[in-house]
Amino acid sequence: MCQVLEDYRNELESTELRSVSKKCVKCKEASAAVVIRAGDAYCRGCFKDYFIHKFRAMLGKNRVIFPGETVLLAVSGGPSSFSMLYQVQEGISQNAHKKLRFIPGIVHIDEGGAVGQPVEERQRTLAELQALFRATGFPFYIIPLEQVLDLPSSVLESALSPSEKPSSTYKAAVDHFIQSNRSSCLTPQDQGQTSIPEVPEANTQILQQLILSAKTLTARQDLLSTLRQHLLVHTARTKGYSKLMLGDNCTRLAVKLLTSISLGRGAHLARDTGFSDSRYGDVISVRPMRDYSAKEIAYYNHLFHVPSVLIPSLDTKMPDKASVQRLTESFIIRLQADFPSTVSTIYRTSEKLQTACRSSSAADHSDRCLLCMCTLDTVVGKASAFQATLISEQLSKNTSSSAKILTQKLAPVEPEPVAPTGQCCSSGGREDCGRVERGGGCCSFANGAEMSDLRSLLCYSCQLTIKDISSVEHLPRYILSEAQRRHRRSQMKEEIGEFLLDDGDEED
Amino acid sequence: MAAPTVIHLEFGGGAELLFNGMKEHHVTLPSQSEPWDMKQLLVWIQQNLLKERPELFVQGDSVRPGILVLINDADWELMGELDYQLQDQDNVVFISTLHGG
Repeated sequence: MCQVLEDYRNELESTELRSVSKKCVKCKEASAAVVIRAGDAYCRGCFKDYFIHKFRAMLGKNRVIFPGETVLLAVSGGPSSFSMLYQVQEGISQNAHKKLRFIPGIVHIDEGGAVGQPVEERQRTLAELQALFRATGFPFYIIPLEQVLDLPSSVLESALSPSEKPSSTYKAAVDHFIQSNRSSCLTPQDQGQTSIPEVPEANTQILQQLILSAKTLTARQDLLSTLRQHLLVHTARTKGYSKLMLGDNCTRLAVKLLTSISLGRGAHLARDTGFSDSRYGDVISVRPMRDYSAKEIAYYNHLFHVPSVLIPSLDTKMPDKASVQRLTESFIIRLQADFPSTVSTIYRTSEKLQTACRSSSAADHSDRCLLCMCTLDTVVGKASAFQATLISEQLSKNTSSSAKILTQKLAPVEPEPVAPTGQCCSSGGREDCGRVERGGGCCSFANGAEMSDLRSLLCYSCQLTIKDISSVEHLPRYILSEAQRRHRRSQMKEEIGEFLLDDGDEED
Repeated sequence: MAAPTVIHLEFGGGAELLFNGMKEHHVTLPSQSEPWDMKQLLVWIQQNLLKERPELFVQGDSVRPGILVLINDADWELMGELDYQLQDQDNVVFISTLHGG
C-alpha cells in the first residue's frame, strides 16, 4: 500500500471500471442500483439486506440495550431518524430469534416555535407526524420545545446511574428474558399521548426571544440543540425510559466532530459523537445510525418508501458561511465529493476517542458544565491554554479594572480551596469586571444571574455560546435557578473550606 | 431526436424548498437535434424551474455536493452522471442530504 515505488495507476483505473460495471458486487446477478462506497455497487435486494443487517449488528455489537428495556426514539422528522424508526419497527416485527427485544416509544420535539414557523404550518407538520407515528403502533409523545421553559432544575443533575453492567451480564439477561418472556407479548403500559398539546403563545414568544438573543447563528444552533437535549432527557425520565436513541448518521457525526473542535468542545468529543453517552446517568443516549452515511439513508428511504417530514430548521436556505456548523458541513461534503473516504476517515477517528475518566461522583455537580453536562474543562492549571486565553481576553479589554484583576490573578498566594469557585472570582466576566471590583459581590446573584457568575459554571465551549447571548435573563428558569444553587453551594464550600480535610473530595 | 422528451422530476430532502415547495414536476423538454443529457437538464432546471438561490442547488455545471441524484431509481454514478442521455419517460430524483435542506 505505502511502498515508495508502487504504481497506483492500475489500481485507480480498475476501480474506475468497477464503479461503472452494472452488476451488484454481492450477488453478482441483479443489476446495481446504489453505489455505497467508491466501487461498491449493490442491487436493491442486497442493499436492503445490508442496511438491515447493519442496524442489528450495531445494536448486537455494542450490547448496550438489554432485552425488555424501554427505549425512547428521538425522531426529528428527518430522513435519519425516520430510517431509525423503521429499522426498529422492522426489527420488532421479526420472528422470534431475530426479534429486537426492547420496548420502543417515540418522542418528537417540535421546534417550530424556536424557528419561527407559522402556527398553521406547524400544526400541519405535526398532524402529518402524528399520523406517521400512529401507524407504527408505538406510544409517542409530541412535545413542543416551549416546554423547556417549565423544566425542573433537576434536569441538570445527572441522576445516580445504576452501576455499570459488565458485558458478561448481557448474555445472562438475554437468556433470562427468553425464558421468562417467551410467550407473553410485550405491550407498552403507556399508550402515549393522543393529541397535540396546545402551546400558549406567550411561551412561544419567550422562546423566540431567547433564541433571538443569541447574536450569531452558531450560538443559536448550539443553544437550540442544548435545550432540545435537556427536553429529550427530561421526557425520557418522566415517561420511564432508560435509553434514548438518537438518529445521528455518520455524515452528521463527522460534521459534528469537526464543528465541535472548532467550537472548543474538543474535550467532550467522545461523548458528543460516541455510540453511547452516559453523561445523564440514568438515561443513556445511543446512536445506532452512526454507521450509515447520509447517502445510504437517503437512498434507502427513497427506494423503500420510508417517509420523512420536512421541517425547516434554523439554517434552512442559509448560505454556507452563515454558521460554523453550516460551514463545516459544506467543507466536509465538498471534500467528500472528490475524496469519497473523507467522512469515514473522520468518523473512524471519532470512534477511537475516549474521555479521560475523572472520578466524578454523581452527587456532586460542581465539576459538570451547567448546560452540556460534560466534565468541566476549565478547571485547569495556571499555565494552560485556557488561562492564556482568559488573560489575553482581559488584556485586550485594556481597562484599569481588568488590569487589577489580572495582577490579583497572577498573585501566587491566592488560596483556592475549590477550583471552580476560584475560577469564578478570578476570571471575572468581561462585562462585569468593574462591578465585580467595586461591589466585592462577585459571588452573588443579587440582581439576577450575572454573566460572569454563570460563565464560571460552564465548560469553555458553552461559555463561548453564552458570551454570544445578549442577556442571560432570557435563559429558561431551570438553568438560572440551578446556576444559583450551585453557586450558593460552592460559596458555602469556600466558607467552610478551611475545615475540610481535602479539596472537596469528601463527598466522593 | 425530434419528439420532445417528457420526464418526471422529483425533489426531496429539502431541495423542494428551492422549487416553491413542489416535490414533483412533470416536464416536457423542448425538442432539439441531439438527445438531452443531464448537463443540459441541470441548466434547463436552473432556468425554468429553480425559484431561488441557485447556489444551493447547482455548483459549476453539476449539482451541489450533498445532493444525490437518482435516474430511474438507480444511482446516477452508475449511469454516467452528467453524460447520461435522457430517454422519454425517465424519472430523475434529486435528494438533498444537507442539514436543514
